[in-house]
Amino acid sequence: MNLDILWYLVPSVIMFCCGVYGFVTRKNMIAMLVSLELMLNSADLNFAIFNRFLFPDKMEGMVFTLFAIAIAAAETAVAIAIIINIYRSIGSTEIVETNKMKH
Amino acid sequence: MVGNIILYFVVALVITVFSVMAVTTKKILRAATYLLFVLLGAAVFYFQLGYEFLGAIQVAVYAGGIMVLFVFAILLTNKPNENENPLRSHRQVVGVIASVIGCGLLLWALFTMPMLATAEGTRSLSDALTSGPDITMKMIGEAFTGTEKYQYLLPFEAVSVLLLACIIGGVTVARKR
Repeated sequence: MNLDILWYLVPSVIMFCCGVYGFVTRKNMIAMLVSLELMLNSADLNFAIFNRFLFPDKMEGMVFTLFAIAIAAAETAVAIAIIINIYRSIGSTEIVETNKMKH
Repeated sequence: MVGNIILYFVVALVITVFSVMAVTTKKILRAATYLLFVLLGAAVFYFQLGYEFLGAIQVAVYAGGIMVLFVFAILLTNKPNENENPLRSHRQVVGVIASVIGCGLLLWALFTMPMLATAEGTRSLSDALTSGPDITMKMIGEAFTGTEKYQYLLPFEAVSVLLLACIIGGVTVARKR
C-alpha cells in the first residue's frame, strides 16, 4: 500500500465540502467565517500536496501557501473587526439581521 | 513506512470528523475548537509532506493567532445564556445538495484526472520525499529575499504593506466611536 497523491487530496476535498455546507447553512457570521477558514485551509493543503508529489524539486507551492496563510490571517482580522463593529451597531451577529445596515 | 500510513489514517480521520463537526455543531465556541483540531491536522500533513517550516507557520499563525482572534470575537459577541437561536437555518437542504454535489464532482475529477495517472502522479510519498532536495531554511530565506526567477521579494514586501493596511483597517473599523 502506497501513500500517493490521491490519499492526501481526499481529506482536503472533504474539508472543502464541509466548508461549503457550513457557509451556506450557518446563520452566525463568525460561524460562517469558521467555514471559510475550512475552505481556505483545504486550498492551502492542496498547494503543498501538488508541490510535493508532482514537482518535488521545486518549492513554489510551499511559498504560495505561505503567502496565502499571511493573506488569510489579514483577511480574518479585518472580517472580525467588521463583525464586532456590526455587533456594536445592531447588537447581533446573525446574518439575517444585517439588512438593517441599509439605512 | 508503516508509521507514516498509520499517521496518515489518524490525521485523515481527525480532519474528516472534526471538519464535519465544525460545521454541524450547535455551539459556536465548539465550532471554533473543532476548527482548531482541523488546522492542527493540516499542520501534521505539512510536517509529513516534508514542509517543516510550513507546518510551524500553520501552527503559529492559524492555531495560535487566528484561533485566539476567533475565541475573542465569539466571547465578545455572544451572550452566554442566549441559546434560543440555533446556528443552523432552513437552508440546510440547499447546503447538503451543494456540498454533496460538489464533493462528488471533485472526487470524480480527482479520480479521472489524466495528470494524476502519469508516473509522477502515482508516485508514493517516500518516493516524492527522496526525489527532491530537503527544504532548508536557507532556501526559504533566499526565495523570499531575492529578485531572480523563483524568488519573491516583491510579493513579500507587498504582504508587509497589506499587513500594515490590515492593522490600520482593523483598528479603524473596530474602535469605539
